[in-house]
Amino acid sequence: MILGRSFEDMCAQMYYRGKMFGFVHLYNGQEAVSTGFIKLLTKSDSVVSTYRDHVHALSKGVSARAVMSELFGKVTGCCRGQGGSMHMFSKEHNMLGGFAFIGEGIPVATGAAFTSKYKREVLKQDCDDVTVAFFGDGTCNNGQFYECLNIAALYKLPIIFVVENNLWAIGMSHLRSTSDPEIWKKGPAFGMPGVHVDGMDVLKVREVAKEAVTRARRGEGPTLVECETYRFRGHSLADPDELRDAAEKAKYAARDTITALKKYLIENKLANEGELKKIDDLVEEAVEFADASPQPGRSQLLENVFADPKGFGIGPDGRYRCEDPKFTEGTAQV
Amino acid sequence: MWGILRRSAVDGGGFSASSLRRTRFALVSARSYAAGSKEMTVRDALNSAIDEEMSADPKVFVMGEEVGQYQGAYKITKGLLEKYGPERVYDTPITEAGFTGIGVGAAYAGLKPVVEFMTFNFSMQAIDHIINSAAKSNYMSAGQINVPIVFRGPNGAAAGVGAQHSQCYAAWYASVPGLKVLAPYSAEDARGLLKAAIRDPDPVVFLENELLYGESFPISEEALDSSFCLPIGKAKIEREGKDVTITTFSKMVGFVLKAAEKLAEEGISAEVINLRSIRPLDRATINASVRKTSRLVTVEEGFPQHGVCAEICASVVEESFSYLDAPVERIAGADVPMPYAANLERLALPQVEDIVRAAKRACYRSK
Repeated sequence: MILGRSFEDMCAQMYYRGKMFGFVHLYNGQEAVSTGFIKLLTKSDSVVSTYRDHVHALSKGVSARAVMSELFGKVTGCCRGQGGSMHMFSKEHNMLGGFAFIGEGIPVATGAAFTSKYKREVLKQDCDDVTVAFFGDGTCNNGQFYECLNIAALYKLPIIFVVENNLWAIGMSHLRSTSDPEIWKKGPAFGMPGVHVDGMDVLKVREVAKEAVTRARRGEGPTLVECETYRFRGHSLADPDELRDAAEKAKYAARDTITALKKYLIENKLANEGELKKIDDLVEEAVEFADASPQPGRSQLLENVFADPKGFGIGPDGRYRCEDPKFTEGTAQV
Repeated sequence: MWGILRRSAVDGGGFSASSLRRTRFALVSARSYAAGSKEMTVRDALNSAIDEEMSADPKVFVMGEEVGQYQGAYKITKGLLEKYGPERVYDTPITEAGFTGIGVGAAYAGLKPVVEFMTFNFSMQAIDHIINSAAKSNYMSAGQINVPIVFRGPNGAAAGVGAQHSQCYAAWYASVPGLKVLAPYSAEDARGLLKAAIRDPDPVVFLENELLYGESFPISEEALDSSFCLPIGKAKIEREGKDVTITTFSKMVGFVLKAAEKLAEEGISAEVINLRSIRPLDRATINASVRKTSRLVTVEEGFPQHGVCAEICASVVEESFSYLDAPVERIAGADVPMPYAANLERLALPQVEDIVRAAKRACYRSK
């Protein structure tokens, strides 16, 4: 969680220094949800997230260096600089993105859970992988969400739908946009348990997550978990964040999960300040690494559009264009 | 007679329109002889292609509305539920966005879904997934996650189905990098291209045509083989000619071949190109043909602005300008939503007469 917080704070600094650009959505304040769920997963379990995905990627195991380089747009990034802040993919860690459209990740996560079931039942492989889909309160008014709740419950897919309800969708308050703001209630309407948990307390989130993950692994089907949480910064670094009440922000700042857990750890002698400081060094090191990394070469522009590059078609000489050795060497002519 | 049959079967496995007539005639008289070519409907061709790919690879599965118990809205997936069971042939609820996204997620995780849209008009509810989560993923993840998925279904106008069921989506999908877009015409095209699409590691949009499903085409032994695949990105010259090049795809190929017959009676020899693959477009074949004939007429069923024809015309003007003897001609559907009345619908779609007129204009033969 501390890694997530330091990382996001560093992102803000780097953005204002011009090293990062485009849309950057920071996760400050919501770390308990990511840590609470993802630290219970194995490497082969999948995570699907939204544009607010830096910390989900870090929790899933993608190195801070790789994420920072990706944000700087360097070739050493987890997607070689081609994805960016909102599209963190890592096949090795089964981080299946990073989607910019809200609600887009939910069906993709449902598909990954479907594959898990298919592998077990049709391909007869030993597979009990679960998928965790993270999304926000705004997404809960989107059609795809309901379509997937239906299908996941219908086929009893091993998926956990985690709503990070931070009460705000950019400047639209959850209470202004939703007819029934209690999202956990929508689970039972589709035949799956709906749970509400305090998303500012990592230990409580972990309890609920444990149960949901075990349920999914046993083949009992999906769970909808609503985590009440809060983002301390604006929607993105371009958001002036004027609509939110200072009193509300202060209230949640007082419930900051990191201060709470730090206090708990130090009181119970489970860690000391020195060990926690080391995590900040990791982030510093990641920035140095990213700074020193090169930008992608020109030839990378045309790479990876297709897995089978014959998709670029046949060139004027009658051969497939991808067979021409000069095709991706610095030319952007298609 | 035998000689004609054998020669046609040997040259590339395809039948050009003129040899088609000769062999059909020969077939009738040769019926008392064994072997000879078979006929297959496009429906059976598609069904057999999916069936063979499903039996060859257990990761291939079919999902869509009515594909299972109903045997397929247009009976393309007939018999598959009985053969492979409900774990591999999924009847989905009416949730295009949901099930398309689920198909994409399954492809991310290593399976090979064949997603059926009852018509491609319904794909508009799922277009975010086709483009954003399928087409762009291999690029955004720098090659880590490829999406071996096929989106298939009938595209374009049927008969009297009205404006919301008649749009052609070839131009929309073909403009997106990361997608491959195929449009078969004959049974052989259907079999070869669908098998290639299912085996392809990239997302493929496979545009069929409802009115072609029931049409029968002769099919060679080679095409009936279970390993038969057609290359993606290669157009087919259905009829050789030397006066004007006419390019088209899907149902319009039939119309253009009829137009070519009519033109032949008037002394104009038309070269007919069946595009087969809209993305990647076989610019090499089109340009080589235009350089031979010096005239181009492009035909499609979809809306004219920003259509497939527009792209072909631009490509030819860019690459073969000095070879052109006449302005390039575009024949597309009318720039209106499809009307319902039968006579208006006929006016809104290209007909054989329109193609003939355009070809003659290109040859400076019209009044």
